Amino acid sequence: MKNKILPFSIIFVFIIIFVIFYKGLQNTNIYTPDSKTIFEVPSVSVKLFNSDEIINTLEIFNSNKFYLLNIWSSWCVPCKQEHPILMELSQNNDLEIIGINYKDTKKNANDFLKDLGNPYDNIIFDNKGTNAIEWGAYGVPESFLINNNKIIRKYIGPLSKGSLQEIKLFIK
Amino acid sequence: MWLLVLTLFILIFLIRTKNQPVKYRVLTLVFQEIIIIGFFIFLIKTSNPFNHIYPIPTEGLGLNPILQDPALAIHPPILYLGYVGSSIIFSSVLAATTLNIISKKWASHIKKWVLSSWIFLTLGILLGSIWAYYELGWGGFWFWDPVENVSLMPWLALTTLLHCILVLEKKLILTSWVIILSISTFTLSMSGTFLVRSGILNSVHTFANDPERGLFILIFLFSLIFLSLFIFFFFHKTSKDNSSNFFLMSKETAIIINNWFMMYFLSVVLIGTTYPIFLDVLSSQKISVGPPFYHKLIIPFLIPFLLIMAIGPKLKWIKSNLEDKIYLFTLLIISILLSIFIIKNFSSSFLINTILISSALYLFFITLRDFFSKRFKNLAQNTAHFGFSLLILSILFNSLFSSEIITNLKVGQSFENTKTKIVFESLNQKEGENYKSIIGNFIIQDSKGKIENLSPELRIYNQPNITTSEADIKTTLLSDKFMVINIVQNQEFFNVRYQVKPFMLWIWIAVILISFGGLISFVKKEYEK
Amino acid sequence: MKADNEVLKNKITKNLRCLICQGQSVYDSDSEFANSLKIVVDNKINEGLSENQIYSYFQSKYGDWILYDPLFNKNTYFLWLLPLLIFFVGGAIIFNKFLKKQK
Repeated sequence: MKNKILPFSIIFVFIIIFVIFYKGLQNTNIYTPDSKTIFEVPSVSVKLFNSDEIINTLEIFNSNKFYLLNIWSSWCVPCKQEHPILMELSQNNDLEIIGINYKDTKKNANDFLKDLGNPYDNIIFDNKGTNAIEWGAYGVPESFLINNNKIIRKYIGPLSKGSLQEIKLFIK
Repeated sequence: MWLLVLTLFILIFLIRTKNQPVKYRVLTLVFQEIIIIGFFIFLIKTSNPFNHIYPIPTEGLGLNPILQDPALAIHPPILYLGYVGSSIIFSSVLAATTLNIISKKWASHIKKWVLSSWIFLTLGILLGSIWAYYELGWGGFWFWDPVENVSLMPWLALTTLLHCILVLEKKLILTSWVIILSISTFTLSMSGTFLVRSGILNSVHTFANDPERGLFILIFLFSLIFLSLFIFFFFHKTSKDNSSNFFLMSKETAIIINNWFMMYFLSVVLIGTTYPIFLDVLSSQKISVGPPFYHKLIIPFLIPFLLIMAIGPKLKWIKSNLEDKIYLFTLLIISILLSIFIIKNFSSSFLINTILISSALYLFFITLRDFFSKRFKNLAQNTAHFGFSLLILSILFNSLFSSEIITNLKVGQSFENTKTKIVFESLNQKEGENYKSIIGNFIIQDSKGKIENLSPELRIYNQPNITTSEADIKTTLLSDKFMVINIVQNQEFFNVRYQVKPFMLWIWIAVILISFGGLISFVKKEYEK
Repeated sequence: MKADNEVLKNKITKNLRCLICQGQSVYDSDSEFANSLKIVVDNKINEGLSENQIYSYFQSKYGDWILYDPLFNKNTYFLWLLPLLIFFVGGAIIFNKFLKKQK
């Protein structure tokens, strides 16, 4: 009896391992932080792009409006791609768009905005890329939808038409 | 690739086994054929050039530039030779089990196969790690990256097997254990192929991913596992009569204990590598298992392992008392004193380091002494063990005494601290065949006024558009000087990293010594015949 | 003091996994992300945060994944304990064999 239990239990274990590997194959192996985690707006002091003023982030996101925080840079190609969507969103009065200018020079950034239009109500200047990290971002572009001091949605990579619809739905 | 080598090995196997029973030879071939057919189907099914291209190529023609390097090209074939060798062991063990002919004679015949695939595997790992050190430009040689682990696991199993076969050859005990080990060696090599090719793991090495292939290898792998389990349970009969003379103070005890530790290391690596997959599937939580995990679990266990490795070979087969205890003891004292001295002299004063270095030095001295006293009686084992102690020592010194400077410099600027001065002399540009390169020229001056020139390079490839940094490494007997530069986006300065890595060269030498030990044993076998 | 900070920074960044080039640690990587992360680590050290505080800071932003040294929690009990368990079970089996042989 004892002799039979051992082989069968070992075979059983291997079958389980097989199933797990099989399922593992189907998952992607590129890690992206969970886009649905809700966390609060980090409280850090930041430098404003236009005035060089240093203020706390909580002062920027103070009202209970919707905010879209967009991390961008003039050297980033996908940022140009998503720019029309940001321009469209900037027409909406219920939404304030805040930019984080990531590892950029002021001159290039200003040229970029002059060429393509400026959708941002306010811009944070982040030439070392450290502010983006406070938001849990790891690349450009990335966008965060914020309401009541909470990040309710994260968009990694350029905004698409789909995410545009979703943002509009949220605001309504 | 696999196929060609596999058939070649079978040929060699056939030639070498003329004096073995016919039934055994045939059956080995049958199992080997199963493996070959499996890979053949694999080739036809998944790599058929007429099939649709999957995944859709995004980078056009160019090969990932870090793959355009000769050192890279030769390390996988050598690793594969080791893997294929293990497949022969696998089939022959299955055949021998089925026919129940496991004997001392069989053990000494299979030992050659174990040895040769072990040598290839060792060299393959060595080359892979040399490639990582010189080409990837991270200034390290082992990253506990999943793919490195995957090649380490068969190596651990094979090393264990090698020691077990010795026991089997002499005493015909541990037969079931040898069978299990042979099966797991091959299985681990196969899972290596699976894990690397399927892209199930997240690693720097997953250059060519294809889930469809992964699925095939997975199914194939598990059918082989079930086949071997079936054979093991149904055909293998444990013989209990010959285990009567088994004593606590004997060589086989030392080997068993060493096996025990090897299995532990293997399980650490195995669990560390595959655990994230399991966790992801079961609870969809993602975690990383990195170097700190392996260090924490492996390093404390290295100490008794090294000590047993030093004393073990001193014991005789069957039953023995320790020979010349006095000198064993004196050497222990000497190594402890010496390592205390070393640690005290250099800032870091951790208890664990002292103990580790003591035990490694102990092994070092004992094997060194054996070279002179034993008159080459046990040359192979001695060389390999000596190499291992050298390896551990160099790795320890390397991690303890390496120093580095990371700074941002513009052309013409310089950086200075108490020990070294780095001057960024100039910047050159060069056109390569399919890349442009920027070369920085640096002058490094140490506290004694010795001057060294280093010129690390940045290559910007045009197809695909990737920037790689080529480190400049100056190798000397005692230490390596290592320097890389990197562009910082939108800034005029370069990020400069300068490292001094002591005993780098000795790590490579140690591994070569280890495999040389294997080679000696291999040649000696031939000679005795 | 400055040198100590440098050592601590290297230690911490070696333990953080880069999200851009996912096989590397932040220390080894030279991507934009890793470089900024190094600066953040520097700032946090200067702010006087301890090593563990810095880890939990990054963990809250990016999840457990970023830490190379897995925490000991309910997800990783098996990861840490299984090898040790195997070690002791193996030891027990060997010991048991010896006892039998001695008789």
